[in-house]
Amino acid sequence: MTQTVARPGAGAHQAPLPLDVEAIRADFPILSRTVRDGKRLVYLDSGATSQKPRSVLDAERWFYENVNAAPHRGAHQLAEEATGAYEEARSTIARFIGARTDEVVFTRNSTESINLVAYALSNAATAKEPGFRRYAVGQGDEIVVTEMEHHANLVPWQQLCERTGATLRWLGLTDDGRLDLSDLATVVNERTKLVAVTQQSNILGTINPLGDIVARAREVGALILVDGAQSVPHQPVDVTELGADFLVFSGHKMLGPTGVGVLWGRYDVLDALPPFLTGGSMIEVVRMEGSSFMPPPQRFEAGVPMTAQVIGLGAAVEYLQRLGMDNVLAHEEALTAYALDRLAEIPGVTVIGPPDTVARGGAISFTVEGIHPHDVGQVLDDEGIAVRVGHHCAWPVVRRYGVPATTRATFYVHTGYDDVDALADGIRKAQQFFGVVPSEATEEA
Amino acid sequence: MQLESMYQEIILDHYRNPHGRGLREPFEAEVHHVNPTCGDEVTLRVHLEGDTIADVSYEGMGCSISQASVSAMYDLVIGKSVPQALETGDHFMTLMQAKGDASVAEKLEDELEDAVAFAGVSKYPARIKCALMSWMALKDASARALSVTDPVGGPKA
Repeated sequence: MTQTVARPGAGAHQAPLPLDVEAIRADFPILSRTVRDGKRLVYLDSGATSQKPRSVLDAERWFYENVNAAPHRGAHQLAEEATGAYEEARSTIARFIGARTDEVVFTRNSTESINLVAYALSNAATAKEPGFRRYAVGQGDEIVVTEMEHHANLVPWQQLCERTGATLRWLGLTDDGRLDLSDLATVVNERTKLVAVTQQSNILGTINPLGDIVARAREVGALILVDGAQSVPHQPVDVTELGADFLVFSGHKMLGPTGVGVLWGRYDVLDALPPFLTGGSMIEVVRMEGSSFMPPPQRFEAGVPMTAQVIGLGAAVEYLQRLGMDNVLAHEEALTAYALDRLAEIPGVTVIGPPDTVARGGAISFTVEGIHPHDVGQVLDDEGIAVRVGHHCAWPVVRRYGVPATTRATFYVHTGYDDVDALADGIRKAQQFFGVVPSEATEEA
Repeated sequence: MQLESMYQEIILDHYRNPHGRGLREPFEAEVHHVNPTCGDEVTLRVHLEGDTIADVSYEGMGCSISQASVSAMYDLVIGKSVPQALETGDHFMTLMQAKGDASVAEKLEDELEDAVAFAGVSKYPARIKCALMSWMALKDASARALSVTDPVGGPKA
């Protein structure tokens, strides 16, 4: 199928991007492979999982080839070196978010980090030690989330409420993809025990005004958990500025390996929480009658940890620091502005989420009139373009906007204008393939 | 260009002009199936006369593959006994597991009629579930319909 599509906007915004895309692409081995019969891989699915630069892969290989041992056990040289490398990565990652090293807990991913907090809050009600009962959640208490949360920051709270008899409440959304804070003062009230909110929506791209929410939570004495799975990889995040009690994020979405995530918590809060998973490493003294536990972060790291992955995540953080998170943010802002313009040129394409770049990240969800998102994704895939289709683990959001699903493109440090052009051309191709090329006249304003 | 191998013209025809769409009375069983990875949904009713499928009526939303599949299934199963329809479903499952092997499609051409056009879908593991959703719903609904109807005909008193 040949294609002669006018591209009136192409080139209009092509000011140099803040990051050197060609140099960065050379760092990612996977970007040199082809897909679907020799096509260049246009990877626009970093929001699901990011690709890994060579330095991350090398760090993991270095660990297994030179150091491999279980950290925090044993007194042999490898064990010492493994412990050193593991803890050094913890320091690197802590500095990256402006945190104290002993406030960084390693988990499997953001999902596990959130479950850790949710289970700690219900375990608190039955904790033997009075010091662990401070944040107990029970009947009459309320947990607040928002309608734009990823299932990972919704379902664990629904389950916590089911276990404890607490009530789940939520902040709704406006038509343009922002949090509706008009009832913040009533939804977050003196019964609220915890507010869980995403910093950047994985489906809408919205960057939330956390300041207002944090201030209200403080007023009523509620804890605040920020889901940073989509923010920490894409913008500078400093926990001292955030003002929250918890921040969670996943290594695999920020150039790091799968199988490692982070729970950051204010030390005094972590210290007052009972453990979630129990076993080796997290204990102080074990007797047949019962056990006592280590202080944070060890209290929350039961079992031999994912050492190579933690070291890989340390390397990913160093890679991002070399690029500079301000540059990463500016890079994605430029791409987002360009992509929103390019998509707006295509009749029948509707972006679900903020229509401009104000307080907006680079997750762009859209629908194409007359073509189901799955079918859009299939045509894009045929062109070598990897996007996500479906409800993006945020089913209430697609329901809120009255669409069955969306197609989502997400950007990262190796994304260039050429990737966005490929996306726009691919969408037009899907319209031609399915015979739905709306006329400019019917385009929605 | 591999798109045409999946989106055969027959599939696109069923998608644009679905056969038997809409929910109708009477029916003995109604089921609602979803594909949790993508949110596709189908509500499907089965009306039996004895053990013969007299009507299958449905509403759904989803991609072209899932919508065309339920339309092609409608053509295949009306007038068949439940065991015959389920056997056809088994053939369709075999086709979906063929990983694009053309010889499998050839052998099943008589049994599957239009539905043999879905052979190209079997090359795309992520889309097989889209094609199978309606058949799963039919299996479920017919089992329920049989359990509430008298085998010699008509609903149980």
